[in-house]
Amino acid sequence: MNLDFSEEQKALKDQVRRFLEARCTPSTVRAVLEGPLSFDRALYEGLAELGVLGAAIPEEYGGVGLSHLELCVVAEELGRALAPVPAASSIYLAAEFLLQAGTEAQKRAWLPRLAAGKAVATFAFAEGQGRMTPDKVQAVVADGRLSGVKSPVPDGDAADMAIVLARSGGGSGAGALSLFVVDLAGPGVSRETLSTIDPTRSQARITFDGAPAEPLGGSGDGWHITTQVMDRAAILMAFEQVGGADRALEMARDYALDRMAFGRPIGSFQAIKHMLADMYVSATLARSNCYYAAWALASGAVELPVAAATARVSATTAFQHCAKNNIQVHGGMGFTWAFDCHLFYRRSNALALALGSLSTWESLLIERMSAGNINAAA
Amino acid sequence: MDFDDTPEEAAFRAQARAFIDANAPRHLAPELKRASFGSSAVQSEDPLRAAKAWQKKKAEAGWACLHWPKEYGGGGRSPIERVIWSQEEGIYSALSGPFVIGHGMCGPTVMAWAGEEQKQRLLPPLASGEEIWCQLFSEPAGGSDLAGLRTRAMPAEDGSGDWIVNGQKIWTSGAQHSDWGLLITRTAPDVPKHKGLTMFFLSMRTPGVEVRPIKQANGQSGFNEVYFKDVRVPDAQRLGAVGQGWQVSLTTLMNERLSIGTGMSTYFPELFRFCLEAEVDGEPAVNDAAVRSRLAQFAVRQSGLRYTGMRAITALSKGQTPGPESSIGKLVAGATMQELAMFALDLQGQAGVVWDKASPQEGRFQALLMRSPATRIEGGSDEILRNIIGERVLGLPGDIRVDKDVPFKDIPTSGGAKS
Repeated sequence: MNLDFSEEQKALKDQVRRFLEARCTPSTVRAVLEGPLSFDRALYEGLAELGVLGAAIPEEYGGVGLSHLELCVVAEELGRALAPVPAASSIYLAAEFLLQAGTEAQKRAWLPRLAAGKAVATFAFAEGQGRMTPDKVQAVVADGRLSGVKSPVPDGDAADMAIVLARSGGGSGAGALSLFVVDLAGPGVSRETLSTIDPTRSQARITFDGAPAEPLGGSGDGWHITTQVMDRAAILMAFEQVGGADRALEMARDYALDRMAFGRPIGSFQAIKHMLADMYVSATLARSNCYYAAWALASGAVELPVAAATARVSATTAFQHCAKNNIQVHGGMGFTWAFDCHLFYRRSNALALALGSLSTWESLLIERMSAGNINAAA
Repeated sequence: MDFDDTPEEAAFRAQARAFIDANAPRHLAPELKRASFGSSAVQSEDPLRAAKAWQKKKAEAGWACLHWPKEYGGGGRSPIERVIWSQEEGIYSALSGPFVIGHGMCGPTVMAWAGEEQKQRLLPPLASGEEIWCQLFSEPAGGSDLAGLRTRAMPAEDGSGDWIVNGQKIWTSGAQHSDWGLLITRTAPDVPKHKGLTMFFLSMRTPGVEVRPIKQANGQSGFNEVYFKDVRVPDAQRLGAVGQGWQVSLTTLMNERLSIGTGMSTYFPELFRFCLEAEVDGEPAVNDAAVRSRLAQFAVRQSGLRYTGMRAITALSKGQTPGPESSIGKLVAGATMQELAMFALDLQGQAGVVWDKASPQEGRFQALLMRSPATRIEGGSDEILRNIIGERVLGLPGDIRVDKDVPFKDIPTSGGAKS
């Protein structure tokens, strides 16, 4: 039994934390929130130099060739620091799609640049309001040309390349969908940055009008591959959420120790103390579920789909819980622009929707457990 | 990361499994599997006799109280081996109910505070199940505020050095079949409350001890009131110094939270099975979006507890002390099982009100509904556990106390009563 990270992985985590404490302060996050840039490129390239973007990418494709466990600890630190970088789009999603389904040429074309932070890629999935289902996909590829509108696309305004889920060759249902690699600098692409609840992780609407599109994976395999990669990304995202939840809890705890009211620290009042205890409980449950999912991700266990949904539901719940109560503990000051509480509140609610909403993942979890793999229930 | 045993752990597991396969009371397995919290696990025979028989078998082969030293009747095994044993013991561990208080709380307290001769006398029969212990702590005026207890121990006037005890305890699990009790008393009412307490142990057959079962809200009687009328306790049965009872009790309470909080089920697997079978609007309940949402939230709490436990086991396996995360166990499990029971009844519609053998899973969820309020109180209420997490894990300051440096006799009490 070893449900913990190794000493080397913990050392990597410390190293990333120190790096981010120096290079990704709240003012770094605010610069993206308040400024015109969609992410902090210098920070992103710094992470690449540290080797963490390519942690789980094989050396032959320009990565460091470690395992996904290393990427999990990196993700936790990126979440903790609210790092305004496109790692989720470029590394958890696009790089995973390439590793899972890309041809040798596609991997060689993109993975080294993604690992080096020289290029940003994303996954263009959603098409407007509501839960994504195969029949909602309207984007279509005919004769190698993509047309349609994808929105919102995470980091879609900054990305150099998008992996796009689209219909091709007629038919209906999941089997009608395929994946395509689209160069966003090429013809037939127009995009606009969207106004969102969390500008520190940019979102865009991308309109494709006959953009050249190169198949990724088999024809008709698009939905299946998407499901697999979304599960993997969900685990990494869950680590970001756990990192954010922990930091929000720490902020609230520190404030409760420092802030005096009625002649005593507010943390001595049970109303506050118990709120913080409940935040600790949900953050702890989420962390433990994430460790289980990290094991499934790194070992390729058959439990991965259940473990991913478990971690995702638990971590989403915990981060939202900790971020909203962090504001509550701070009282009126927590609702000012000057305090950092809203940065966590924004991120917690944005991450809750990325990769599909909480209710979507709740439903997926029970569907998967019903399908027979109820290890998580035992 | 892996869920594998080390070679040593695997060898130990194989030994444990072989012993259990050869010796466990298999004829009780069907009813142990059906058992619910809030109903007696064994009904086909005397549960106490069944418990003692299994404990005796374990003790004779060296499997009782694995974590205790061998000289006191234990197995002299490491914490991780104790965990492996309990994983293998599985459903049969439900038989050990009558020993939980003695093995988990009283035993460790005796081990820490009694003299060598007393340990040799008291611990082996406790380990083997021949003698049962109860914990005489809570009182009508001292539950969460345990140090507010009023049971008095006064020096006997005959100069024998004995103590004379008068008062009342309540919520004493298993007092009706206990041989020994661990008793905390007030010996000095004129000093601040935490400083005037003294711990004793005594035979439950001592003259003047009277046990009265409490009829609980769910109709069962697992707890008791215990009355003390001029009960004479020799000074040799004192644990710790006079006035040191609070420190002694902390040994017990630390062990209490460890043994109550770890490895608790929330009954999620049972609820999930029910939702696969039950129907909502003519469809299996698990197909309903609202049901899925609730189930998923229960599922991640159950699995979060499970893997929090495995993180603790990981620490034990490496010879380390588990981190503070284990403190969430009972807090999460108690609230979850209560909400879960209400949800299961909701799915049963109006028929959820019926509690009999024909109810789904033989009325398991009704029994759980009626028992779960106690889980949120016993062994540290939800509120006390949140204080502990807040203060010991998160480092928040304690509440401002109005009773701290005041002589016990001057502290205001409910109804104006004074000790």
